[in-house]
Formats: sequence, structure tokens, C-alpha cells
Amino acid sequence: MSEARPDPDALLARVQREEEKARRGKLKIFFGATAGVGKTYAMLEEARRRKAAGEDVVVGYVEPHGRAETEALVAGLEQLPYLQVAYRGAILRDFDLDAALARKPALLVVDELAHSNPVEGEPAPRHAKRWQDVEELLAAGIDVCTTVNVQHIESLNDIVAGITGVRMQETVPDRVFENAHEVALVDTPPDELLARLHAGKVYIPEQARRAIDSFFRKGNLIALRELALRTTADRVDAAMQEYKEGHAIRTTWAAGERILVAVGPYEDAERLVRAGKRIATALRAPWIVVYVETPRLLRLPEEERNRRIALLRLAESLGAEAVTLGGSSAGEEIANYAATRNVTRIVIGRPRRALWRRLLRPSTYGELLERTEGIDLHVISGGEAAAALRNPFLARSQAYLGTALPSGKLRWPGYAWALAATAACTLLGMAMSPAVELVNIAMVYLLAVVLLAARYGRGPAVATSLLGVAAFDFFFVPPALTFAVSDVQYVITFAIMLTVGLVISGLTASVRLQARVAGHRERRTALLYAMSRELAATRGLDAMARVAVRHVSEVFDGQVVVLLPEAGGRVRHPHGESIAGSLHGADLGIAQWVQDHGLPAGLGTDTLPGAEAIYLPLKGSHAVLGVLGVLPVNARRVLLPEQFHLLETFAGQVALALERAQLGERAQRASIDAETEGLRNALLASISHDLRTPLAVIAGASSSLAERGEQLPAPERAALARSIYEQSRQMGDLVAKVLEMTRLEAGGIALERDWHALGEITGSVLRRLAERLAEHPVRVEMPAELPLARVDATLIEQVYANLLENAAKYTPPGTCITLRAAAEAGEFLVSVEDEGPGLPPGDPEQLFAKFQRGAAEGAIGGVGLGLAICRAIVRLHGGRIWAERLPRGGTAFRFTLPLEEAPVVPAEPA
Amino acid sequence: MSEPRAAILVVEDEPEIRRFLRAALGAEGYRVVEAETGARGAIEAGSHKPDLAIVDLGLPDIDGVEVIRRIRAWSPMPIVVLSARAREQAKVEALDAGADDYVTKPFGVGELLARVRVALRHAARTAGSGATRLRFGEVEADLERRRVTRAGSEVHLTPIEFRLLACLAQHLGLVVTHRQLLKEVWGPSHVEHTHYLRIYMKQLREKLEADPLRPRHLLTEIGVGYRLLGEEP
Repeated sequence: MSEARPDPDALLARVQREEEKARRGKLKIFFGATAGVGKTYAMLEEARRRKAAGEDVVVGYVEPHGRAETEALVAGLEQLPYLQVAYRGAILRDFDLDAALARKPALLVVDELAHSNPVEGEPAPRHAKRWQDVEELLAAGIDVCTTVNVQHIESLNDIVAGITGVRMQETVPDRVFENAHEVALVDTPPDELLARLHAGKVYIPEQARRAIDSFFRKGNLIALRELALRTTADRVDAAMQEYKEGHAIRTTWAAGERILVAVGPYEDAERLVRAGKRIATALRAPWIVVYVETPRLLRLPEEERNRRIALLRLAESLGAEAVTLGGSSAGEEIANYAATRNVTRIVIGRPRRALWRRLLRPSTYGELLERTEGIDLHVISGGEAAAALRNPFLARSQAYLGTALPSGKLRWPGYAWALAATAACTLLGMAMSPAVELVNIAMVYLLAVVLLAARYGRGPAVATSLLGVAAFDFFFVPPALTFAVSDVQYVITFAIMLTVGLVISGLTASVRLQARVAGHRERRTALLYAMSRELAATRGLDAMARVAVRHVSEVFDGQVVVLLPEAGGRVRHPHGESIAGSLHGADLGIAQWVQDHGLPAGLGTDTLPGAEAIYLPLKGSHAVLGVLGVLPVNARRVLLPEQFHLLETFAGQVALALERAQLGERAQRASIDAETEGLRNALLASISHDLRTPLAVIAGASSSLAERGEQLPAPERAALARSIYEQSRQMGDLVAKVLEMTRLEAGGIALERDWHALGEITGSVLRRLAERLAEHPVRVEMPAELPLARVDATLIEQVYANLLENAAKYTPPGTCITLRAAAEAGEFLVSVEDEGPGLPPGDPEQLFAKFQRGAAEGAIGGVGLGLAICRAIVRLHGGRIWAERLPRGGTAFRFTLPLEEAPVVPAEPA
Repeated sequence: MSEPRAAILVVEDEPEIRRFLRAALGAEGYRVVEAETGARGAIEAGSHKPDLAIVDLGLPDIDGVEVIRRIRAWSPMPIVVLSARAREQAKVEALDAGADDYVTKPFGVGELLARVRVALRHAARTAGSGATRLRFGEVEADLERRRVTRAGSEVHLTPIEFRLLACLAQHLGLVVTHRQLLKEVWGPSHVEHTHYLRIYMKQLREKLEADPLRPRHLLTEIGVGYRLLGEEP
């Protein structure tokens, strides 16, 4: 009944992976047990073969080691020039990534995938590791052939170190190896290899020459060969698995495996992570590395705790999900977390504490045994190699961060207070001594322990309880002023007092620490919330960028910049003035890389870690919206995984806000478009009416003149011609207004402001409109000393003209129109008053809308654009315009213009 | 009618506008020479030596202002430009390049003919000795004797006011741009100081106009300049 149908999700994932691969270049790895097995040789032979088959093959970088065979193979192939890097006074030759990307061959041959680039050299290479160069080549669609030794695979690193006693500094993440399109094993039997070695055919780097004898032992070679063969076999197995899934062949392994690796800040934790990786790889299961920050761990010296950074980074680099939990008991937290994440196996280290301590308090291991039912526990033993190697990874990451970790702070003030508190209790006890029982004096000492624990933590509190017991014995327990005890029952008192003191100090300190941790988290949440809220209230991308800069620089204590891309996708520095906390020296090159690839770069990342600042992509749902650059004051603090993730969370919030703003802008543009479209329709409807009438008159009158002109009496002919002239002038006005409105709407009008006398403009308008105002007496009331106004006179004349025309149009002949202008309260107030029928009912503000007429359509012409034009012009000048009903009847249209101080005109010698 | 007919060059690309210009100018007794393009217009001006040119500013080949410059390079013939509305800047540019007056499209024929007459008269005056006396409203001015009277009684003008009036009178009936006025009255370094003009023009109107707020002779051409309407006795 169950059809053997492939799981659609697995199939989809496979199709997507294959699509991804099809776009990417193909990586072929020549894999060997050690140096000297002939990987480079095999790789070059393949290159020649493919070249002969007509492929575009280029050698990017091959270490020739002066071997004639290798050089002979390289000879016939096109070679990229080396990149010359100045590094500590020497010139190193290295692979030139940019040259390779520019050349873009079909197949590129690059030796030594695990090679570290000279990051501190000049010019600094883009990536720290060659495998990152290769990733970029693959992303650019270039096929790559390369070589890897088994000891360079990250998760096998410590196994190899265990076998040979030599730890490799240069490693390749497992996923690079796992995602390779093809892995070709180059195998040479150990005897043959040793023979070649003695014949001088194997290149050994200078610095490794000392290790040669211990490394190239036959036993080592056999073990490494086995490891290489097995790794290759695992890969073949995985390929088989994938094939089976693709072809609906039933698989047997339990679905949904999930591995949890529980680690602490111990020296062998690194082994634990690698072991977890191997198990996860073998089971092809996702895996989580969990670190529980218990109050006990919080008390460890800072150096120890900093291992956590290195550890979690290692876990992430191996493909794990790294999680930090907080809680009082590691076992309990891990068990709960494992339950919520459906973990099937927990990997944990062997208990380290002595048996008697485990009896006092259960170990994490013991707790897990009790609390996790249905979850397999893998207990990994500690190895000698681990202790011998003394945490090279931590040492490396410290060098990497460029800072030595500071030792724990001195806490002398706390201990001084312990002494002072004990002394104070003793004095208080003496004061109470005869009246109060000794038991109560012991209570006073306990009170001091509680207070000290709350204020200064565990150390001073423990000191206080010890001092307290001693002082109590010395000063109060008879015989007084000796440490001798006459009554044995006081020994019990001391024991209880000490135990209570220690327990209280431990509990109080834990509470304090937890409160601090909780407070810390709460603060973070609050900070994030504060930024989100302010971003939500901010308009405009640049303003939002400034808000983000301010918040991020406050929280992470450093200089911050938000770089937004321009239309072409090039990132640019922000516009506008900078604020405190702005980062000025951002490296636009790195930022551009981040923008293009959507990956973090710079300090503490895998790409250009030599940079001073961190660059994070601001990723929206569809695209990278910009780059967040942070130059922290204290790099180490920001690089803590928690802090780094918090920074990423901030970046995510900023990206979200930016995306919202962009969408908002787009929506607004769309709505403006819609409004414009609506206006256009209204305009067309309105114009077609207002044009049709004069056009009809013109067509009729002119055709009469053309066809019947001779039959018509002269006065008739003149009247017809006159009406053609009148109608065409009206049409001219109408078209001019529409054009004017369009120009104003489009924002294409730059005011040509100059100093003008308003009286002059009035005079000019009245003259121009003399004919149309013929039936209305016009009064002008304007003080003689009216100052000059800085306006665009052509536009202001237009305002006057429209208002006057309206007044003439909507008021009965013979009624007076009054023009007033005055300067008061820092502005000009200009009015056009009429004695007409007054405003139509309703909001006068409506009159200023487009296509609005004072009277119903019909008798009076005009598109209703006049007042809308007036409003646009007055607003452009920074003034206001409105209509008022006058108390004595009639209407006043008023507008204001800003009053500026006019330049002085030099007085003329009379 | 006995005097020889004046020849007028019309540089205009619209055939319909050329048609009615030809009709209107012809009816007034002028001889009309037509050119469709700016380049052609500049050449016709050279070969026909007309008494006046009417130049459209919106020509298809070269800018009307360029045509004016080419004509002005060798001839003082009066030039009247035709310009579209709301393009004050183009008008000012044409006037500063040497045009004598302008008419804004759409225009009535009467307006154009009036401008043509004034421009021709101005040309005749500058070619001859040039009139120094003029009259407008109640004002009579004798520029040579620097004497201005209003309704018979003498009006005192400051030196600048007088120079301003004289400058406008020189181009009687024609528009004078702000730049031209400032240059001639205050000097070339003051061509940007338009506020001088506003102040002195107001003073002049208060002294010479019956209603300074609604002047009938000292007219403002918004965005372009000033024009004095008057007559020679």
C-alpha cells in the first residue's frame, strides 16, 4: 500500500542543490593521505587532458617546488601571473584571485586548497583562506581543480594530530569538501611513498623539515592512508545515499536525527565539538552545540570564559548551530532544550570531577542520565593529545583577535569590606554581649555574610563567614580572647555557622548573577525595541540610516555607518550631516563586496578579517538593502557570539525598517500616479467642455465668413470676426492656465525671485485686465511706503489676475472690487474683496481644489483651475491663501507673502 | 502714400502665421519678405535689406536670438520678436541681444502693427537728428534743456530720475529691459540691482503720473522691463 514514491521535500532540496551547482562552477578535489602522494601531478595531468579536449584551462597557482616532473606538466598550460605580496619585508608569490576572475577560464587549477593567504601583507588579499578564493571562483561559474591532504579537513584535524603529534594550522571546512562536485583519491602505498621521500621527490616545506622524521613514519603513513580511504568511502556512501533517495530506494536510517553537543569551557571541549561533527556527518543529521552559562561558570576567570567564543565559532565554522543557554543547572537546561528541539543524541564529555565531589552534587552527565529518556548519550573520553596540545585553537583565536585576554580583576575592596564588616559585627556583639545570648551574636555575623554576598559576590562573602567564625570564637566563645573552646557544643555552632554562611553566600551570589544576566538581556531587548520604535517613526532612508547609526553606536560602543546603494547598486556614503558615532573611514571596497554577495566581511569574519571594521549586509526579503559598518572600540566584546548575533539582530531590524520605507515610498509613488491619472481624466473632461464651446463658435463664424462673406452686410461680418477673436482668446487663456497648472504640479517651476514693488504688479495687472474689468470699478488701497517684496513677479501677477478675473466673473456688473496690500507681522497681506453674492455654501477651502467652480457648470466658463493655481504659487512663495465671507456681504480672497528686509538703495545726492 | 513702402522681413516657420502676417502687413501697405528658417532669415536680411524684421523665437533650426545677433552684427534695423507666453526669460534675452520690442503669442494683429509702427518710427528718429522733446499726459519734457513740467509747473527730478526718464524716452513706445536701464542709468556694474529701478520708478511715477498705482505712461512689463508711452509734439 505504501508506494515507493520519493519524498517530495527531499527531492526538491536535491533539485535545488543541483540547480545551485549547475550555476556554480564544479570543484574537483585531488585528495591524498599526505604530501608527496602525487596529487599535484595527477591534477596537472587532468588539466592537460582537458586542455587537449579543447577546454579553456588556466593554471592559477601551482607550487612547483622545483620538481622537474611538475614543471614539465605546467609548461604547456596557460599560467596566471602571480600576485606579489609584500609581507614582513619579503615578497611572497601568491594566487591572484582578481586576475583569475577577470580571465574567467572554464577550468582553473589551484594547488593547496588549505593554504592561508598572507592577510597582513600588502596588498592585503581579499580572503584569509584559499578555500574562500575558490568559493568565489565557483560562485563566478569557474570550474576549479585543487588538492587537499586528509589532515587539512577541519573535523579530522585532531584525529590526525592524535596520530602524528603534529597539528595542522591550515584547515578546510568540511562543507567545502562535502560540497565538492568530485573527489579523486590519489593513493600511494606507504613503502613507495617512503622510497620517493628518500629519493628527494617529495617537497617538504622548510619549517616542517624538523618534523619530517616523526611525521613520515610508516605507522603514521598507514594510519593516514586509512583515514583518507575511509573519508573518501564515506563520501561515496553519501553519494550513494543521495542516489537512493532520488530513485525512491527505501532507506533504513532513522529519520529526523538531531545531535546536541554539550560543551563547557574546558580544554577538551574542542575535541567534543569535532567528535560531534563526525557523528553528525556520519548520521547526516543537523547538530547543535550548546553552552550553558551557569552561575558557577560565570565565576570562572575571564580567560576561561573566553574559550567559549573560540569554541562556538569553531562549532559554527563546522556547520553547527551554536547556542548559549543560561540557567542554574547545566544538566537541567540541556535536557529541557534537547526536549524542545527533538534531539535524538547528546554528545557530552566524560565527567571531570573527582568521585567524592560528584557524590555531593550530581555531574551534568549524571543529571542528563536522569532527565533524558529516549535520548542516546554519547560520552566522549578525554584524550592525552588534547591536554598535550594545550588548546592551540584558543591560542590562535587570541592571536586572531589581536588582543591578549586580560586576567580577572582584583577584588580587594570586597575583601577589605569583609574585614571591616567582621570588625563591625564584633564591636556590635561586644556592645550587646552581656545582655544577649551568644547564638544571637552569631546571627549578626550571618547577617554580614548575606550583605557582603549581595554586594560583593561569593569570594568576600566566604571570607566574611570564615572571619566571622574565627572572630566569634576568639572574642565571644569562652574562654574569650583565645581560639580554644571550652564547651564542645560550640564546635557544632561553628560548623552550622560556617555551612549556613557558605550556602547563603553561594545562593545570594547566584541570585545576584542571574539578576545581572537577566538585567543584561532585558536591557538588550529594550535597546532593540527603542531603535525599532524610533525607526518606525522616521521617514526617509537617510534619516533612518542616521537613527540606526545612533542606536547601534550606543549599544556596541563604536563608530557606525549605514551605507546605502545608489540606483546602480554602488554603495555610497550617507548624505547629510554626520552625527556623533558616525564612521567616516569606511572601506567602500569591502562594503561593495558585502552588498554584492550578501555576506558579512571584515573584522572577525572569514572575508578580509584584517579590516578594522565589521561590515554586515542589511538583508531584506528580496535584496541586500545596504551595508552596516561597525568599528568597535573593543573588538573582542563585539565578537562574542552573543554580541555578534545581537549585532546581526540589530542589522536585521534596520534592514526590515529600510525595506518597509522603500515599500512605503513605492506605494506612495503608485498612489500619486493614480491621483495624477484621476486628475488627468478630470482635466480632460473639463477641458473638452470648455474647448468645445469656443471651437463651435469659431468654426461656425469663420465658415460663415468664408462661404457667405460677400452676402453678409459689413457690420455683420465685423461682428462675426470679432467673436472669433474673442473665443480664440478665451481658448488661449484656458490653454495657458492648464499649462501653468501642469508646470506647477510637475514641480518644474523654479521661482525667479527678485525685488518687486507690489504696487507695480497691481498696476500692470489692472492694465492688462482693463477690458475684462470694464464693468467693475476697482479701488486700490496700498500704503505709499510698502516695502519691496522678493517674489517671482510673473507668478504673483498670475495670482492677482486669477483673483480679479474671478471677482469680475462671479459678481454682478457695477459692483466694486477692492485691492488691498499691507505689511504687518512680518508678512505681506494682500486681499481682493468683492461685493458679490458671497461664497457658495460649504467649506471655502474646497474652492482651492482643482476643477472646482464657484457656480454650477454652464453659464460661466473656465476650468476651475484659477484658484488651484493661485494656491500652488502662493505656497511656492511660502505664503498662505484663503477665502473669507465678509460681514457686509461679498467675499475676500487673501494671501500672504513673506516679508524680507530689502537691500538698501544708496541715497542720491540731491 | 507717397513715401516708399517699407519692407518687412518675417522669419517664422508656421505657414499659417506667415499667411495672416502677410495679409495684415500687406493690407497696411508694407512689402513682405518671408523666411521659413532662422538661417534663411539671416541671409534674407542681408540680401533684401528690409526696414524691419519680425523674428519668431521658436524656430526649428537656430534660436531666434541667434538670428537677432547675426542681424545686429551688421545692421541697426528694428527687430520685433514673437514669443510664446510665460517665457519672459527668452524675451529678455532677445531684447538684450538687440531686439527692439516683442509681441506675445497669441496676439491680435492690431497689437503687432502698433509695435511695428513704433519701432519704425524709433529707427527713423535715431537715424535722423533724434527728437529731444516729448509729451505724455500732462507732462512735457525737454531733454536737451533738462526741463520737465507737469500741467505747466516745473517738476524737480533728481539726476538719476532724469536719466531714467531720458533713457525710456530714447526708446519711446518701446520696451527697455531692466538690464539696459540699469546699465545706462547706474553703469555696467549695477545691472543686477533691480531694486534700484523699483524705487526710482516709483518716485518717477509719483512725480509724473496722475495715479501712480495705475500708471498710464510709465508702464511695467512684468519680468521684462519698462515702457514709456508718449508722443513727440
